[in-house]
Amino acid sequence: MTLLTVDRLGARHGLLQAVREVSFELAEGETVALIGANGAGKTTLLRTVAGAHPPSGGALRYDGADLAGTAAHQRVRRGIALVPEGRRLFPEMTVEENLRVAGHRGRPGRWTLETVLAAFPALRPLRGRLAATLSGGEQQATAIARALMTNPRLLLIDEVSLGLSPRAVDQVYASVTALREHGACLLLVEQDLARALSVADRVICMLEGRVVLDAPAAGLTRDEVVTAYFGGLARRP
Amino acid sequence: MTWVNAIVQGIFLGGLYALFACGLSLIFGVMRIINLAHGDLAVLGAFLVWSLTERLGISPLLAVLPALPVMLAVGYLLHRTVLARSLRGGPLTPLLTTFGLAVVIQNGLLQVYSPDVRSLGGPAGGVATGSWRITSQLSASYLGVLILAVAVLVLGGLQLVLRRTAFGREMRATAQDPDTAALVGVPAQSVYARATAIAVATATLAGVFLAIRSTFDASSGPTQLIFAFEAVVIGGLGSLWGTLWGGIVLGVAQTLGAMIDPQYSILAGHLVFLAVLAGPRGRSFLARPLRARRQRLT
Amino acid sequence: MSERSELISWLGAAARAGAGTLTVVRSSFATRVASTVSVAFGVALFAVPFGFQTGVVQQLTTLCTLLILAMMWNVLAGYGGLVSVGQQAFIGFGAYATVFLAQQGVAPYVAVVLAALLSALLAVVLAPVVLRLRGGQFAVGMWVVAETLALLVTLDQNLGGGTGVSLRGLNTLAPDWRRAYTYWLTLAFTLLLFALVFLLLRRRTGAAIRAIRDDEEAAASLGVRALPLRFMLFVLAGFGCGAAGALILANTLFIQPQSIFGVQWTAYMLFMVLVGGLGTYEGPVVGALVFFALQDWFAQYGAGYLIGLGVVAVGFALFLPRGLWSLAEDRLPFRLLPVGYAAVVAAPTGRRAGATTS
Repeated sequence: MTLLTVDRLGARHGLLQAVREVSFELAEGETVALIGANGAGKTTLLRTVAGAHPPSGGALRYDGADLAGTAAHQRVRRGIALVPEGRRLFPEMTVEENLRVAGHRGRPGRWTLETVLAAFPALRPLRGRLAATLSGGEQQATAIARALMTNPRLLLIDEVSLGLSPRAVDQVYASVTALREHGACLLLVEQDLARALSVADRVICMLEGRVVLDAPAAGLTRDEVVTAYFGGLARRP
Repeated sequence: MTWVNAIVQGIFLGGLYALFACGLSLIFGVMRIINLAHGDLAVLGAFLVWSLTERLGISPLLAVLPALPVMLAVGYLLHRTVLARSLRGGPLTPLLTTFGLAVVIQNGLLQVYSPDVRSLGGPAGGVATGSWRITSQLSASYLGVLILAVAVLVLGGLQLVLRRTAFGREMRATAQDPDTAALVGVPAQSVYARATAIAVATATLAGVFLAIRSTFDASSGPTQLIFAFEAVVIGGLGSLWGTLWGGIVLGVAQTLGAMIDPQYSILAGHLVFLAVLAGPRGRSFLARPLRARRQRLT
Repeated sequence: MSERSELISWLGAAARAGAGTLTVVRSSFATRVASTVSVAFGVALFAVPFGFQTGVVQQLTTLCTLLILAMMWNVLAGYGGLVSVGQQAFIGFGAYATVFLAQQGVAPYVAVVLAALLSALLAVVLAPVVLRLRGGQFAVGMWVVAETLALLVTLDQNLGGGTGVSLRGLNTLAPDWRRAYTYWLTLAFTLLLFALVFLLLRRRTGAAIRAIRDDEEAAASLGVRALPLRFMLFVLAGFGCGAAGALILANTLFIQPQSIFGVQWTAYMLFMVLVGGLGTYEGPVVGALVFFALQDWFAQYGAGYLIGLGVVAVGFALFLPRGLWSLAEDRLPFRLLPVGYAAVVAAPTGRRAGATTS
C-alpha cells in the first residue's frame, strides 16, 4: 500500500532550486535508499517531506491526504519522523529528556521509553548524560531512538553513517535492520553505496535536484549506480 | 539607618526586582528576545488590580487572584497576534515590535487612567506597613519578606517546571533548537505563547507588589524594565536563579547608594550594571546567546 | 525586488545576452541626474532664510534635525544591525556639552560643533563596553547609559539640575538672525552627514556592511571583520546624534534632562526609520518627512498621538518591514543614488542587458 506519494515536488534552498520535479512513491514496509552527491538535494527533499522546508511546487500525499498546510510538528503526529542531518540532539538535555520530549507529542504505539531503551541497550547507561557529551555513534543512536519515540510510520534518516566510525555504523545498521523487521517504512540517505545497496529494497539516486535512478536494489549493478550518481544515465521508468 | 539594615532592605528590594526579572529572563531564555514592553505589561497588570480593588473594595492581594488568569490570557494572545509574526522577521523585528507595543501600552494607560500617581499600599492594609523589629537598628517589613518569599517560590516553581515537566522540556527543547523541536512534534508557537503568558503573569505579580510597596503611574514601566534587565544581566543571562542573585545585588547597590545620598540610589544601580558589563564577566554573558544562535543557524 | 533576486535576474540577463564584454559601472544616467539635482537642491536650501519667514526657517531646522536623527538611527540599525533604544544618551550629551562649553565662554555655535565632536569621543569611550552586547542587550544597555547620563546631569547644579538650563550667549543676536544661523548650521550638519553616509556606502565599507548584514560568518571568512565596522558606525551615530542634540538646544534654547535624555527620541527615530525604510539610504528621508507632517497634524491631539505612532510603527514592523521606500524602490527600474554597482553586458549582437544591485 502506498504510504507516501511525491508528485513533481520542488523546493528552493536560498536562491537555488535544490529539488526539481521529483516524483516517486513509497510503500508501507519498504526500505528505500536515497543516494546522490553532495548538493544533489537529498537533505532538502527530506526536510520538505517532513515539513521543515516549504515546497516551491508539486504535491506531497501521505496516506492519501495532501500534506500542504500541515506543519512539521503536525506531521509528526501523523507518523512522519525525520532524523536530521548532523543528529541535532538537544545539547543541554539528557538522553532521557531528548527521548521523552519526542515521546510526548508522538503517536501512540509500541515505542515507549522502555521499549526504545530495550531496542538500543547501549543507550541505557547513557540515560542521564547530556547529549552534547556523547560520541558520534551514541548521538546517532539517540537521534534514531528519539525519532522512534514518535512511533512513526515513515522514518526519514538523513546521512545515516556520516561522521561515524565503521563500528558505530555497524551498530546503527543493526538497529535499522531491526526497524525493517518491525514494518516501518524507511527512507535513508546514505553516502556509503555498498551499505545502501545491502540494506535497501529500492534505490533512488538524485543528481542536481532531479531523480535520475529509481529501481529495485536487487537488480542493480554497482556500475549502474555509479553512473547515475555522477550523471550520464537517463531516468529509468 | 545602619549599613546592615541597608543591606537587608536591599535584599528585600532585590526580591521585587527578581520577580520583575524572571518573566524577562524566561522570554529571553526561550525565545531569545528582550521584551521591551515587559515593564509596561507589569504596570498594566497593576492597573488592572487597582481597578478591581477600587471596584470590589477588596485587598489587592485578593484582587490579584482573578487578575492573574486575565493577564495569562493577555500574554498568550499577545504572542499569538503580534510576537509570533515578529519572530519571523529576523532579530531586529521583535525589538522594534515590543518597543512599539511598550509605547502603545504606556500611552494607552495614560489616556485611560490619567497621569495621576497611585498606590495600592493603602488598600493592602496592615501587610504593607507592618514589620518585625529584629534589633533597634534592623527591621524586616512584612511586605519585604512576602515579596522575597513570592520571588523565591515563583523562581523555584519555574525551575521545577523547566526541569521536571513535559512542558518544561518542550520549552527547553524549543529554546535550544526550535527547528528540530518541530521535527519531534513540539509546536514552537504554542510553547512560545504559553511562555509569554507565564512571563506576563509574573510581571503582573511584580507590578502589584510594586504598587503596594510604593507608588506607580502609567509611565512607571520603562524604569522597571531597566531594573529587570539589569538584574538579569548582573545575575547571568539564561539562569533563572541568577536573576534572584542579580536582583539582590541590584537592590543592595541601590540601598547602599541611597545611604550615601538618596539621589544616588538609582545611579548606583546603573554603575554596578555598567561595571559588570565592563568586567571580565561581561564576556561570559555573550557566550551563551551566541552559542544558542549558532545552533539556530545550522 | 530584493537585492538577491536582482542579482539573479542580472545573471539571467547576462546569460541571455550571450555574455559579451562586461563592464561594471558605478553610476548611470539616472543616478547622475538624481545626484546633481540633490546637490543643487541642498545648496539652494541655504537661501531659504532670505526668501521665507522666520517661522518656516525654524520648521525647516526641526525637519533637518529629524533627518539627522533618522539617518543616524538607520546607520546603526539598518547598516550595523544594532538596535539602540538609547541614542538619546548622545542627544542629551551633545546638548549638555554645548551648555557646558558655553558656560566656559566658548561661542555658542562653536560650542555646538565641539559638542558634536565630544559626542563622537563619548562613543569611542563607550564602544569597548557596549559593542560587546548584541541584540536586545545592546538596546537596553544603551538605554541604561542614557539614564545614567541623565541622572549624572540632574545631580549637577551647574548644569541646571532637574529643572533645566538654557543656552546663553545667543540672546545677543536678533531672533531672526539667530534662527537663520541655527538653520544654516543645522543644514550644514545635515548635508555633511548625508555625505558621510554616502561615502560610507559607496566605498568598500558599503559592500562590507551589506556582507555582514547578510551573513556575518561568511563575511568573516572573506576577511570582513564586523567589529571595526560596527565601531565606525557607532561613532558616526554618536557624532550625528550629539550634533542633533546640540542643534536642538540651539533651536529651542532650553532643555531639561528628562526630555532631552528621554526615550521618546528613540520612539521618534524608530518610527521614522521603520516607516521610511530600514537599511536604505532614502528611507530615513521619507520617514522624517512623514513624521514631521504627522507630528504637526497630531500635535492637536495631545499625548494620545504617541499611541498612534506606536501602532503605526508596530504595523510597519509586521506588515511592511521594508518601509514606504521599498514600495517605490521596487517599482523604479533605476536607482536614484550611485551607491551600488551595475553590471552592463554588451552582447555580441549589440544588445545591452544589465541590472543594478544596491
